[in-house]
Amino acid sequence: MTELMQLLTPGGRRITQASEATSPAADTALAGQPDDGRGMTATEPDAADLDLPALVADLTGADLVALYRDLLLVRRFDEEATSLQRQGELGLWASLRGQEAAQVGSGRALGPHDMAFPSYREHGVAWCRGVDPEAILAIFRGTSLGGWDPDEHGFALYSIVVGAQTLHATGYAMGMARDGSDGAAIAYFGDGASSEGDVNEAFGWAGVFGAPVVFFCQNNQWAISEPASRQSRTEIFHRATGFGFPSVRVDGNDVLACLAVTRWALATARAGGGPVLVEALTYRMGAHTTADDPSRYRAADELERWRRRDPLDRMRTHLVAIGLLDDERQRHLELEADTLAQDLRVRCRALPDPDPAILFDHVQVTDNALVAVQRAAFAATSGDAPPAGGTASGDGTGIVEREGAVVAGERHGTEEAW
Amino acid sequence: MTGAMIVTDEQRTDGSGSTDGSGAADAASVPATSPATASGPPAPITLAKALNLGLHAAMAADPKVIVMGEDVGTLGGVFRVTDGLQREFGEARVIDTPLAESAIVGTAIGLAMRGYRPVCEIQFDGFVYPAFDQIVSQLAKLHYRSAGRIRLPVTIRIPFGGGIGAVEHHSESPEAYFCHTAGLKVVACSNPADAHQMIQQAIRSDDPVIFLEPKRRYWEKSPMVPQPLTDLSATATEGLHRSAVVRAGRDATLVGYGPTVRTCLDAAEVSAADDGRSLEVIDLRSLSPLDLGPVLDSVRRTGRLVVVHEAPSNVSVSAEVAARVTEEAFYSLEAPVLRVTGFDTPYPPARLEDHYLPDVDRILDAVDRAFDF
Repeated sequence: MTELMQLLTPGGRRITQASEATSPAADTALAGQPDDGRGMTATEPDAADLDLPALVADLTGADLVALYRDLLLVRRFDEEATSLQRQGELGLWASLRGQEAAQVGSGRALGPHDMAFPSYREHGVAWCRGVDPEAILAIFRGTSLGGWDPDEHGFALYSIVVGAQTLHATGYAMGMARDGSDGAAIAYFGDGASSEGDVNEAFGWAGVFGAPVVFFCQNNQWAISEPASRQSRTEIFHRATGFGFPSVRVDGNDVLACLAVTRWALATARAGGGPVLVEALTYRMGAHTTADDPSRYRAADELERWRRRDPLDRMRTHLVAIGLLDDERQRHLELEADTLAQDLRVRCRALPDPDPAILFDHVQVTDNALVAVQRAAFAATSGDAPPAGGTASGDGTGIVEREGAVVAGERHGTEEAW
Repeated sequence: MTGAMIVTDEQRTDGSGSTDGSGAADAASVPATSPATASGPPAPITLAKALNLGLHAAMAADPKVIVMGEDVGTLGGVFRVTDGLQREFGEARVIDTPLAESAIVGTAIGLAMRGYRPVCEIQFDGFVYPAFDQIVSQLAKLHYRSAGRIRLPVTIRIPFGGGIGAVEHHSESPEAYFCHTAGLKVVACSNPADAHQMIQQAIRSDDPVIFLEPKRRYWEKSPMVPQPLTDLSATATEGLHRSAVVRAGRDATLVGYGPTVRTCLDAAEVSAADDGRSLEVIDLRSLSPLDLGPVLDSVRRTGRLVVVHEAPSNVSVSAEVAARVTEEAFYSLEAPVLRVTGFDTPYPPARLEDHYLPDVDRILDAVDRAFDF
């Protein structure tokens, strides 16, 4: 019976015995989580037989440090984006803070032929797939709706309608199987999305057709203000049983366990084993987005409990304990993170508003006469007039602040007249 | 339960599917897209069979074309439009899906991203709404969202409209929802020859197409020679979005699409016989984008326009036609643009549908009103 798959205890100790990895010690019981004793059942033999330590036995010391570097850089990117939003440079930001291990662990399990279908908070997976963070900032700045080539990166565009992408992943996976691809699809979604009809249709469909897709649920405990208990009477990972495919629950703040479990899930899917559901238990340490105020619905001590399970602290403690990380290396990595953040800040602020004419581009592949008429009329009337002044506001309402507006207590300059 | 009340091709062989007494299609009044053969006039075939032959041709021409939907495989569809396709092309290309409309469209999007060209069947008009998000927020917008990187050549076939004595949710005309959505193309066929060509063009289209099939006309026949679309390039789809004058006239213009084209033709016939009026009839064929060129040309000659559809009038295709004709041909109009539509009510019980659906009398009343101005 598996409560929670783990390879690093919250104290940073590496688990090396398979029996312990799938039956962790008492000190790993999730703070604030009911310990209902429910776990994996005999109907999920593949998952129950998992030898978790063996799945990451190949990792070298350099690999471990690289994972930590990913965690650190992704967090720094996320912090910088939050700051940029507070300063009026982004309209909104959806922070991934607390979910770095789930995203980096699963993201680094992906191979070149795999295809990821994210929701809108998967900045860490995007990082692992080589997507320029600037392209993600552009979405939240309001200068683009997408911005990267899904085929080039094996990373589909963000999906803001939660759960919709699980069906795209399922269809794409069916196509992969038909094409004889050696890849699999992975669909990211959250505890809130697990209630959506699309997710449940995707489960049923993928099961029936044996589609090579991994459903990766980051249960971060909160769907804006609603706790996970409002989404499901049963544990989310238990649902796979009803749809007829295996599932595991993994400690989403344990980057090694997330890497191991996702490697296994992808291998199962690629080998024709059909879909797999992974539930990564993690925590959204920040607000839902910068427009949200979590103090209205959750207690401060809950965040404090999860801080003690911080995914970065855990990996750092482990690396220090085994001698792979000292103060000098830590400072070096932090410097690299600061450099990344500074670079992103400069590039974000320099992102111009798009040429208004592109408003009419790519409505359809073939020309649409109505759009063509509107484009021509727009061009004739807009002339050389500048677009409406101001940049996206910080409240997430879509209301555009005019130039010179005070945003988050800091005067937003007008000299950068984009 | 949906298949129970369906009249199949085998059951109805007289070619008369109409409820307004129009009888078999008048070969002279359908578009001359069916070339005669040297061996004599082409055989009459039903609209459903014409679609079936079109789907067959599209699948034969391109191995990336796959058909997916509820009961489309073994059964051949509740209207038999996909009859025999699974036998010919196999279960991998003609897929009986779970009863999950959102998934039918959502997985088609994923398959299209992978390079496939899915043809989805939504079994009945009233069943499309569970797929609404996938159609409107995903299928329609991904090309734009991706700045042109993603193309989704997905065709969604929907039998639409009333007149078959069905239970609720089997007789609706949802086209306005989709016409209102940027990124979608919406077409409606009205006769076998058009259906055969248009379904192939829709499948070749690199844009998503909502393909509306007039279900009460499925069993109407007209002579037609099956013509596989040999040109698989993008230009092959150009004709898909052109409207067509299907009966020339001088005194007033009737505009319909899908099932009401037949009704308009019947009205023109009666008007000529009873009132000596010469009514021009135009089949819109494409509802988004609209091709109003022939309509404007006609209105500039006749000065009177009546637009006919089964869908309710409020914020409908006829409202758009009226607005744009008024804008572009204001000084040619002798009367306001008039509309004959379904009522702004839910679709009624089947025993009342003849009152709900536009018929010859209501159309001719509207023509009279246009002349009374």
